[in-house]
Amino acid sequence: MSEITETSAGAKAGQQAGASWRFLKNHLREYGILFALIAIMAFFQIATGGILLKPINLTNLVLQNSYIVIMAIGMLLVIVAGHIDLSVGSVLGFIGALAAVMIVNWGMPYLLAGALCLVAGALIGAAQGFWIAYFRIPSFIVTLAGMLVFKGLTLWLLAGQSVGPFPPQFQLISSGFVPDFLNMAGFNLFSFLIAFAVAAGLSWMAIRNRAAQARTGTPEEPFAFFIFKTLLIFGGITYLGFLMAGFRGLPNVFIVMALLIAVYSFVTNRTTTGRRLYAIGGNEKAAMLSGINSKRLTFLTFANMGMLAALAGLVFAARLNTATPKAGAAFELDVIAAVFIGGASMAGGVGTVVGAVIGAFIMGVMNNGMSILGIGIDYQQVIKGLVLLAAVIFDVMNKKKG
Amino acid sequence: MATILEMRRITKEFPGVKALDDVSLKVEEGEIHALVGENGAGKSTLMKVLSGVYPHGSYTGDIVYDGAVQQFGSIRDSEDRGIIIIHQELALIPLLSVAENIFLGNERSRGGVIDWRETERRAADLLARVGLKENPKTPVADLGLGKQQLVEIAKALSKDVRLLILDEPTSSLNEQDSEQLLQLMMEFRKQGVTSILISHKLNEISRVADTITVIRDGAAVSRLDCRDGISEDDIIRDMVGRSLDDRYPPRVDHGTGVRAMEVANWTVHHPIDSDRTVVKDVSFHVNKGEVLGIAGLMGAGRTELAMSLFGRSYGANISGTARINGQVADLSNVRAAINAGLAYATEDRKTYGLVLDQTIRRNVPLANLKAVANGVVVNTKREAEVADTYRDRLNIKSSSIEQETINLSGGNQQKVVLSKWLFADPDILILDEPCRGIDVGAKFEIYTVIRELAAQGKAVIVISSEMPELLGITDRLYVMNEGRFVGEMPTSEATQEKIMARIIKAGESII
Ligand SMILES: Nc1ncnc2c1ncn2[C@@H]1O[C@H](COP(=O)(O)OP(=O)(O)OP(=O)(O)O)[C@@H](O)[C@H]1O
Ligand SMILES: [Mg+2]
Repeated sequence: MSEITETSAGAKAGQQAGASWRFLKNHLREYGILFALIAIMAFFQIATGGILLKPINLTNLVLQNSYIVIMAIGMLLVIVAGHIDLSVGSVLGFIGALAAVMIVNWGMPYLLAGALCLVAGALIGAAQGFWIAYFRIPSFIVTLAGMLVFKGLTLWLLAGQSVGPFPPQFQLISSGFVPDFLNMAGFNLFSFLIAFAVAAGLSWMAIRNRAAQARTGTPEEPFAFFIFKTLLIFGGITYLGFLMAGFRGLPNVFIVMALLIAVYSFVTNRTTTGRRLYAIGGNEKAAMLSGINSKRLTFLTFANMGMLAALAGLVFAARLNTATPKAGAAFELDVIAAVFIGGASMAGGVGTVVGAVIGAFIMGVMNNGMSILGIGIDYQQVIKGLVLLAAVIFDVMNKKKG
Repeated sequence: MATILEMRRITKEFPGVKALDDVSLKVEEGEIHALVGENGAGKSTLMKVLSGVYPHGSYTGDIVYDGAVQQFGSIRDSEDRGIIIIHQELALIPLLSVAENIFLGNERSRGGVIDWRETERRAADLLARVGLKENPKTPVADLGLGKQQLVEIAKALSKDVRLLILDEPTSSLNEQDSEQLLQLMMEFRKQGVTSILISHKLNEISRVADTITVIRDGAAVSRLDCRDGISEDDIIRDMVGRSLDDRYPPRVDHGTGVRAMEVANWTVHHPIDSDRTVVKDVSFHVNKGEVLGIAGLMGAGRTELAMSLFGRSYGANISGTARINGQVADLSNVRAAINAGLAYATEDRKTYGLVLDQTIRRNVPLANLKAVANGVVVNTKREAEVADTYRDRLNIKSSSIEQETINLSGGNQQKVVLSKWLFADPDILILDEPCRGIDVGAKFEIYTVIRELAAQGKAVIVISSEMPELLGITDRLYVMNEGRFVGEMPTSEATQEKIMARIIKAGESII
């Protein structure tokens, strides 16, 4: 009997001491993904002998991953709604081809062509979403069909040839940099200031959020964690901005990405639309019985995905400076993997935009780092596959324990 | 009598909640031991600890069963020792047959090949033991909840059960089915099977239990021996810590005679089998300030009626008219129905009521998001205030509004569903089995809320299979049977016998 008392008393003391440890355990996933990215970056920074974080490589990394990140944001919404979109890679290729035909072959002004391409992407997404939302055809099937259809249409549109090059202004989406208004030799101060402003803005928001939490008295992370995390994010972004400013400054597409991340984070976290989206993904029947129009929302989610895939298509075409029939092949897999690595659940209703973006960068850093190390594409695929599996296993185990 | 089970000083913590705090429980061999307590007291958790759902090491304390300390690592381990638990939410696979379900994970096979002859023969034996007259080949989905419950018990029997744990087995059963189940438990007692019964229906407890352990806030507060003659009031006093003078709040007539809603010739067909009429030519009305009851047996079509009215959420080929405030109302979809002032709180909280992965804070405002938003932007502060208000008002036991609803106890989940619809602020509120799984004390609070709504001039329609509840809180009653309304009476003139007589008479006239 006394033995039992001792164990429970010992356990009690341990539990009290481990209060912040418990917090970490409960939020392992949210921190885990950020730390995983940092750890992976640190690893490759060392393994590549410092090449990874060289300004030129860093810039490259952003450019290389921009289209995956853009699509991952749309895919996050699709997956949260409880669906999947396999067609995004083909749609990206198709829109690139469409842009090339309109701009290069027909000589259409690139702004008009770009706008038409976004509309076309939204229509493609809407057409798929229509069957998924209103006729309840499984999204897997509809978008698998879409994947084949648009792969075929890309070939047809380009008649099997590569079409290019694009006019220089069009290329600027991908290859342009934020101009330095402040004219400082060898350092794009304006770009650095933008990065600094973003870092400061994020920290300010985090602080305000915490203050609001303290007011309503909801449980919060231990103070030390909060400071550590905020400093880490602030320092990280400022440092990366500093590095890139030393090369050519922030790429234009970085600004596009940052805006998209900000807008979609806000939409998912703070708007009624976001609340409804998570609700239909979590329990569609309950959401519908709460008066949420799940069909319309699903439809719009796919239309949005199509538009973002189109945007990614423009960015990709501008980066390669040609449209090729093979563009976008298998991109959907990287995009979907990024979203799941970022903590979304196959069942729907769970996941964050920031998580998906970090997931995309984890994939991107691994691609980039392994290429620098000269690891063959064969091993690269194997390793990426295992990382995806590990991330999801981690998720599932973590959930079970809780 | 020998002690079969002793749980000693069990403590179980979840993040932010101590669900069990040093609980001890002693069960004698061959008895029916009842476990009672308020919602969230820790009853289900204690049984999950016992059955290995929460494995050894995730709690502190000892389980002594059959004379030895047990360290169950999984449900499998406890089942091997003859401890079988039937959870609050049934766990049968709808599309598999009764026989397949009974032997799921425990298949009768020869060399890896299922022996269907043996499976069906044994299943038929077990069904006979639990008194269920069904073909073992019937898919479980075709059975009512009462029968499904019996299939679960047959499944338990197939595993050589010595200690049977039933967590709120009768909460979704009608009186007949409940009665059959209780008879079965008493039969088992004669055969030497020990049972632990969790229930909020104290009349059942005082009828069948030999011993009662009362749990309050994660601690065992008393152990009552029923041979000493225990009254329901004694149990309640230990459960809630004070005596409860009345089970129902006083009924003040706020009826205005002004019709809030009037439904005429409402007919609904089955969504798949559209030749079948589920609701047949029903006409009724509800007045402002009135609490209206709809009585009937399980399967009478009450839920189908309510859901078909609520934005055509159920059924096909719906015909008839519904007027709200004298105007023909647009109830063509749920949003329209809500805008017309209607709300429906479901009887099936897990399937239709909650987004289980999400917090209380996210669930409560879901049907009325506009009220916590400026335009499309959610005001998170107001959202939190709303959730907190309802958490206090309905006394939802949880670590905070940030607790995910999947981790709430059954009764507290029910309260979240009710909160959602109270916050939607409807003029006409349909409550389908509002007190399913709710403890006695909390029932009183919910009844009080219902009466308050009526006092504010709202119309409340209560669907319930518990007749005492309908008699206790409604002003007027309809009786429904086989899709039709077969009687109407002021509650002041109603009795259980009268209601049953209407049902039986209607049943005869059909034949
Ligand atoms: N997985 C979990 N995570 C966090 N808290 C939990 C979890 N499971 C249960 N709890 C909490 O433990 C407490 C006890 O819950 P339990 O389900 O045992 O109650 P109960 O007595 O069965 O209530 P009811 O009568 O409503 O079914 C509740 O406060 C509940 O919120
Ligand atoms: Mg329970």
